[in-house]
Amino acid sequence: MTATAPRATEPGWLAALRREGAARFEALRFPTTRDEDWRFTDLAPVAKANLGAARAAGPLTEADLTPYLFGHAEWPRLVFANGRFQAELSRLTGLPAAARVEPLADLLADAPELVEETLGQLAVQPASAALVAQNAAGFTDGYAIVLPAGAVVDTPIHVLFVSDANAVLGTTLPRNVVVLGANAVASVVESYLSLADGVALTNTVTEASLGEGARFDHCKVQREGAEAFHLATFDARQERDSYLNSFSFAEGAAISRTNIYTTLAGPGAHATLYGLYLGEGRQQVDHQTRIEHAAPDCTSWEVYKGILDGHSHGVFNGKVYVHPEAQKTDGKQTNKNLLLSETAKVDTKPQLEIFADDVKCTHGATVGSLDAVPLFYLRSRGIPEDEARTLLTYAFAADVLEEIRSRPVVDHLEDLMRAWLAKAGRRGRAAAGRESA
Amino acid sequence: MTSPVESYVQQDYKYGFVTDIEADTVPRGLNEDTIRLISAKKQEPAFLLEWRLAAYRRWLAMTEPHWPNVQYPPIDYQDIIYYSAPKQVKPLGSLDEVDPELLATYEKLGISLSEQKRLSGVAVDAIFDSVSVATTFREKLAESGVIFCSFSDAVKDHPELVKKYLGSVVPAGDNFFAALNAAVFTDGSFVYIPKGVTCPMELSTYFRINAADTGQFERTLIVAEAGATVSYLEGCTAPKRDTNQLHAAVVELVALEGATIKYSTVQNWYAGDSEGKGGIYNFVTKRGKCAGARSRITWTQVETGSSITWKYPSVILQGDDSIGEFYSVAVVNNRQQADTGTKMIHVGRNTKSTIISKGISAGRGQNSYRGLVKMLPKAVGARNYTQCDSMLIGNACGAHTFPYIDVQHPSASVEHEASTSKIGEDQIFYCKQRGLDTEDAISMIVNGFCKDVFQNLPMEFAVEAQKLLGISLEGSVG
Repeated sequence: MTATAPRATEPGWLAALRREGAARFEALRFPTTRDEDWRFTDLAPVAKANLGAARAAGPLTEADLTPYLFGHAEWPRLVFANGRFQAELSRLTGLPAAARVEPLADLLADAPELVEETLGQLAVQPASAALVAQNAAGFTDGYAIVLPAGAVVDTPIHVLFVSDANAVLGTTLPRNVVVLGANAVASVVESYLSLADGVALTNTVTEASLGEGARFDHCKVQREGAEAFHLATFDARQERDSYLNSFSFAEGAAISRTNIYTTLAGPGAHATLYGLYLGEGRQQVDHQTRIEHAAPDCTSWEVYKGILDGHSHGVFNGKVYVHPEAQKTDGKQTNKNLLLSETAKVDTKPQLEIFADDVKCTHGATVGSLDAVPLFYLRSRGIPEDEARTLLTYAFAADVLEEIRSRPVVDHLEDLMRAWLAKAGRRGRAAAGRESA
Repeated sequence: MTSPVESYVQQDYKYGFVTDIEADTVPRGLNEDTIRLISAKKQEPAFLLEWRLAAYRRWLAMTEPHWPNVQYPPIDYQDIIYYSAPKQVKPLGSLDEVDPELLATYEKLGISLSEQKRLSGVAVDAIFDSVSVATTFREKLAESGVIFCSFSDAVKDHPELVKKYLGSVVPAGDNFFAALNAAVFTDGSFVYIPKGVTCPMELSTYFRINAADTGQFERTLIVAEAGATVSYLEGCTAPKRDTNQLHAAVVELVALEGATIKYSTVQNWYAGDSEGKGGIYNFVTKRGKCAGARSRITWTQVETGSSITWKYPSVILQGDDSIGEFYSVAVVNNRQQADTGTKMIHVGRNTKSTIISKGISAGRGQNSYRGLVKMLPKAVGARNYTQCDSMLIGNACGAHTFPYIDVQHPSASVEHEASTSKIGEDQIFYCKQRGLDTEDAISMIVNGFCKDVFQNLPMEFAVEAQKLLGISLEGSVG
């Protein structure tokens, strides 16, 4: 039931990776809630749907994508529809000559050695093993970014993973690889979109290797359809003095699980992980993060915020793991959740596992509803309650959006956030109307 | 350069002596006959035997859990002696009739029963191996209607109370070790505070495992009727032996409307030697139920002993406006392991809970905080505040935090904070520069770190806890 068979020209190591993946996924299948890492998110509906590979997408035009585009027209763009590269909708101009930014399938056909040490080597956390195995067995394409030392791509590369009606009842397995040489700089926005409603599974894996002093901005925007399943794993390895800035925005899918992992492998590496998740209806929104401090003098900073409405269920599970040799670690992790309805639910599990003594690690988590005092203050200034609520809810989430470096991306996500809040407000008023009637 | 902190001396476990007392033990191993034998020896009513056997049958179908963050070799449950009692011929009439060897033991432990009787005003129930040896102040307490006696006596004298509350908070089949305890528990303490009564003195139990290869399975049940108040203290020690001994106790607290129960523990079971040989496995189920509105249960624990500690004193906040509190200091040194924390289950409206946990890891010790804060859909306006701080001393130990937060109502508010740090050389330097020696400086810093918890201990225990903390960390700080 894995997607399209791999092509015959693949190098031996990749064929082996696929064979192992297939065997592993056959053995593991989708995790169940008995697995501690999956305790709060039940993938039974995904397993039961027993989805085959997604069919090729129907014809797509620029107009289909327009609502999802943002930023400047000259930004490099890669478009994949149902997992297949769409050359006519993509644009790969304005990149430094030595930079390779292209579909992974092209790179593998041409110069597989460039990603041999990264592809299949970084995403090795047991919690994501089944997902990564399924992906390895069947992936066909995705984006590849390989930058030599010192190369700087200063505009964000926008990668759109679109699924249309042909993906319904199918599985799409995007696979992405990023290899940054010393002091290279890159920025990616990964958008996951559904153009048609229906049950469909996306299981994406991204591996990023950051060389010494490299900087990588990774922003993931998940806006899949209301019946879709979205599973994602991002795993990075950071060498000395490198910097990873990760952002995960999730508002779509019936069931979504996003794993963001990074290993601070060289001294002085720094990671910032941010996220914002919005849930409504019966959505299940799950994030798991893991920051592995494996070298001394590394710092990590993490803030995840969630807003849950309706009967939605938000899950956050973050771990900071400090190895014995990772002295002088400074780690801070925060998860804040806002519940907008009586039936929304949050499970948060911030964890520290520390084996070094000279460290400074903190974590914090809060769950609650809007504070009555600021609400009263705004109303006393003549702002209607609905608006005051929207304003405070927006304020709750807005600061974390500001952490994205690219302004157009921030603006776009703020727009999405406002649209979501307006919807939530309408739902709230409708519910209040029903109650008073 | 060895840091100044490294030169603390190792002090031996001073409670590690063995008392040579003739004991009445049952043969090793566990089967229905063992349970019938224990029940018969204790002349128990039929309902209790049935309850035990039902628990045993449940236990047989259960598997030992392995999810905690601790490692130990498999336990052979057939190699444990489930009942061991100091031999005695006739029932004891007063303290004076207690075996002088035994009294000397308690003397050594620093809880002189006779002394206590005269001076301190703390009523003590001392449990030696499996049975309760003496309960002081029993008569005086009876004047105010308070029942404080061994569990066996309670079964004989107040079977209706035992029947009503036994297993009402920790059911017999609650978990593997609770089921084992229900099947084989031999004694424990029983406290009943009638309506509106404030217990006139602090109640206290001292547990001691003496005989080799025995397990201690005691059961404590405290019931505070509406408006009653009680403060209960528990202390534990065991001799040094190079085999591991199992301690699987169950504590149940029931607080009815407006009642307050404060339960304090100083746990100093033998922790094993510096290589981790021997020591007590302390696998305990402690749970309180705030059954009535405005009731309050406070757990305070200082955990310095045991080779493995695995327990989560919990509160079910069922009554509206009820309060649950958990204050804990857990220290691990050498090869000790602790996986401890609490569960606060908010059921009623406006329930509040506070969790303050301080973990100190030294040597090769592994310390985990594991906690659950659960706000059920009816817990309107419930609040929780959690703070768990860890201190690491040396680079071979570990500190871990596994909080679970599950919120199902928007008006509930949960705040969780955790931090990890070490004793700074600069702090020590500052103290030394003010004329304190290194040991005192460390002791002061550690005590300051634990202050929030010690403040919640009754006076006598607070002093003992501070001393214990000093002893536990000696030789490890570096």
